[in-house]
Amino acid sequence: MSTISEVVQRARAAFLSGRTRPLQFRIQQLEGLRRLIREREKDLVGALTADLHKNEWNAYYEEIVYVLEEVEHVIKKLPEWAADEPVEKTPQTQQDEAYIHSEPLGVVLIIGAWNYPFNLTIQPMVGAIAAGNAVVIKPSELSENTERLLATLIPQYLDKDLYHVVTGGVPETTEVLKERFDHILYTGSPGIGKVIMAAAAKHLTPVTLELGGKNPCYVDKDCDLDVACRRIAWGKFMNSGQTCVGPDYILCDPSIQNQIVEKLKKSLKEFYGEDARKSRDYGRIINSQHFQRVMGLLEGQKVAYGGTGDAATRYIAPTILTDVDPQSQVMQEEIFGPLMPIVCVGSLEEAIRFINQREKPLALYVFSLHDKVIQKMIAETSSGGVTANDVIVHITVPSLPFGGVGNSGMGSYHGKKSFQTFSHRRSCLVRPLLNEETLRARYPPSPAKMPRH
Amino acid sequence: MKALWPLRKGTLGVPVGVSVDPHRMDPFADTLQRLREAFSSGHTRPVEFRATQLKGLGRFLQENKQLLQEALAQDLRKSAFEGDMSEILLCQNEVDLALKNLHTWTKDKPVAKNLFTQLDSAFIRKEPFGLVLIIAPWNYPVNLTLMPLVGALAAGNCVVLKPSEISKSTEKVLAEVLPRYLDQSCFAVVLGGPEETGQLLEHKFDHIFFTGSPRVGKIVMTAAAKHLTPVTLELGGKNPCYVDDNCDPQTVANRVAWFRYFNAGQTCVAPDYVLCSPETQARLLPALQSAITRFYGDDPRASPDLGRIINHKHFQRLRGLLSCGRVAIGGQSDDSDRYIAPTVLVDVQETEPVMQQEIFGPILPILNVRGLDEAIDFINRREKPLALYAFSNNSQVINQMLDRTSSGTFGGNDGFVYLTLPSLPLGGVGNSGMGRYHGEFSFDTFSHHRACLLAPSDLEKINEIRYPPYSGWNQQVISWAMGNQRCSILPHPGSPLLIHPALLQWDPPHSDMWEN
Repeated sequence: MSTISEVVQRARAAFLSGRTRPLQFRIQQLEGLRRLIREREKDLVGALTADLHKNEWNAYYEEIVYVLEEVEHVIKKLPEWAADEPVEKTPQTQQDEAYIHSEPLGVVLIIGAWNYPFNLTIQPMVGAIAAGNAVVIKPSELSENTERLLATLIPQYLDKDLYHVVTGGVPETTEVLKERFDHILYTGSPGIGKVIMAAAAKHLTPVTLELGGKNPCYVDKDCDLDVACRRIAWGKFMNSGQTCVGPDYILCDPSIQNQIVEKLKKSLKEFYGEDARKSRDYGRIINSQHFQRVMGLLEGQKVAYGGTGDAATRYIAPTILTDVDPQSQVMQEEIFGPLMPIVCVGSLEEAIRFINQREKPLALYVFSLHDKVIQKMIAETSSGGVTANDVIVHITVPSLPFGGVGNSGMGSYHGKKSFQTFSHRRSCLVRPLLNEETLRARYPPSPAKMPRH
Repeated sequence: MKALWPLRKGTLGVPVGVSVDPHRMDPFADTLQRLREAFSSGHTRPVEFRATQLKGLGRFLQENKQLLQEALAQDLRKSAFEGDMSEILLCQNEVDLALKNLHTWTKDKPVAKNLFTQLDSAFIRKEPFGLVLIIAPWNYPVNLTLMPLVGALAAGNCVVLKPSEISKSTEKVLAEVLPRYLDQSCFAVVLGGPEETGQLLEHKFDHIFFTGSPRVGKIVMTAAAKHLTPVTLELGGKNPCYVDDNCDPQTVANRVAWFRYFNAGQTCVAPDYVLCSPETQARLLPALQSAITRFYGDDPRASPDLGRIINHKHFQRLRGLLSCGRVAIGGQSDDSDRYIAPTVLVDVQETEPVMQQEIFGPILPILNVRGLDEAIDFINRREKPLALYAFSNNSQVINQMLDRTSSGTFGGNDGFVYLTLPSLPLGGVGNSGMGRYHGEFSFDTFSHHRACLLAPSDLEKINEIRYPPYSGWNQQVISWAMGNQRCSILPHPGSPLLIHPALLQWDPPHSDMWEN
């Protein structure tokens, strides 16, 4: 069993061998990933079921399909992305070649999260491989079945020297962070994000931090509430609320609060039946610690629906809270559970002020029939990304970068942005070793008419 | 023996009960608060406001050209020629470019549409981060302060500028004159040395742009980590300059010498050392001497075009390097005006001090290698530099050097001319830095790129497939997608499959059944 240090050394040596330079090699590795997913889908689903009570459909639809699409997209586009990119020249450089040349960074570390344990580890890996790097992945130990499965499968389908899985908890992560990498991508909490960035600073390693926050969901008086609530319920309660871009809380006028509650309930019953515990499609909380934490947020709240839980199975019912006090605990931390607080505000302006008093979230949602409302909400707030009139789906568009801002993170990836994130884009100017006379004017001695000191 | 009255330490590490001047404790809090409030008020958002700021900066450069030239002369004995070419004019061009393109840069950028996004709007919105800190060095004290400032202002941020205290005369102009040209509710210049900069860095900024050494870069990034502040670090390194046997030595010597001795060698992208064969070295030396004489005369000390070392500390450091290897050209120094002659060293060992630090002075060591492969190995054993240069008539050699090394930037057959192209960004990699800027890249560096999707509120049928309960039909979809080897269209919210008209008529089964 190699030490972590040995693993990283091996990855670096493999990178320095130059093996990853030819595009054909990288494409082969990506095809290996594709085969892994297609051939071992049942095993992947099994692990996700064990970790988070996902079933075949939501494992596929909420995790796996995006990785597959990323692989397809990247394989197709890689030659275009990896090619030298000519740039506009000045009159003085018309005879020269000016371009941006993409190169791999070296050895990349990807630290995954437990909520979408396959997607959040492997989708970044696709970009890192495409850019020609060696990759060390450190899946989350909380989603231990997926962690173990990845440790088994990756060496079976990908180059064993270039791509490694490191398993373990805090001690192992601390060990890994002592090593020098050429880029670190971390998905997780702002608190740990700071630790990662501080560790990276010791080696001047650039980082991409995909963090979290409380994603606000503003529901305007003028909107199709049936559709809005259906979409919100879908995004909020998927994976039992454990989604970094899920709507965290609702902001709305008090006059529509009851309607929202009723319509959310209606959609929840359609999705999960009268008792969500019996639904095959409803998730579970990752572990007891988070179960306790989320249940604790119910204290003192007005429960309009749900509010129950079962510690033995880590089940928490889809829950709606009304007239929530912004000072209460449920509004002080990212919920990451199936509780939907509704906070009443008197106007769009008040909603905007409310949002701006808080840390910039990873995602922001606004439902309205009025373009003006949507435009104002976007113009006067900031967040990693936005979807208007739906939730979550902005992260499924490959040409939109996925990332946070402020407390919700820095950097981004997905699609071409992944390739760019994991590459160094080197400015190049090449000219002939001729025409020396034409450069005469730039050399000293400076013209006589220039002031002298 | 425990103290009877142990001193409690307060939050700043100062014992409680000791009287301290609170203003001395944190001289920046008020300024930063003011700028934050200005940003929150939305003052810097309108494009017109940003254009006004940029025009103000442009006028500052035009109206104070002589003042700036004098400051540069006092700090670095920079000739007006160099000052114009590498500082003032460059900044003016940057301001003009930003003004010309501001409307384009600030527009929402639609992204590649697929079938799904034809129905709605997907775009990237560039937004200011908020409060931005720019920390500048002393070697190009106008350029390396104002070029980033252009980007930060164009992107709509409020800006705190911390010019280098080492280039004192320029610092004075920037602190006393520049603010008069800008809206001071959104802009401030702060002064001080390492201690004050450390205090400044305890505060939260929304982006920090730092130009300086790798050592201090780590300190800046560590401080930024406490607040999850993104950083751009423009650092340094030893920029190798490979000279192939197949070249015209005089042309190479002209180009290498000029870029090496410009600003008395105090340039982060200057060629730091030469790698070549002994035969090429023999041809280069007389050519280098010839170039130096042509540029600076027989007595370079008398040339108005040769700068001086910034201060005594660096002068002493560089003087020490003169005893490495053997002096082939130059080697003179005079501490009365911090003069170091344009110098070439030969017979230098890798282990000597001149090869262990970024030189940042008018000294050019030449090391011998036997061919391209050895040069590449030599370069790759070291930290990735900010710049890398290769001189050869043979384009294969240039391409090999490019493909098999890494560096922030690359120059084939010339020095840092690429800095004059706004379309080529300046930035490092590895130890030489992270991030990049110049032109539109500055605007992008100082902006948050927000992914936006405006979904249709109707056409709910398209979404049917995603809602629970999941049935046998969903199962079929998976089997189909998984089994289809050439499939690049997978069913999910962004997928064209869902837009098929037939689907719009289709009413999916929502019974809770899993039998297939």
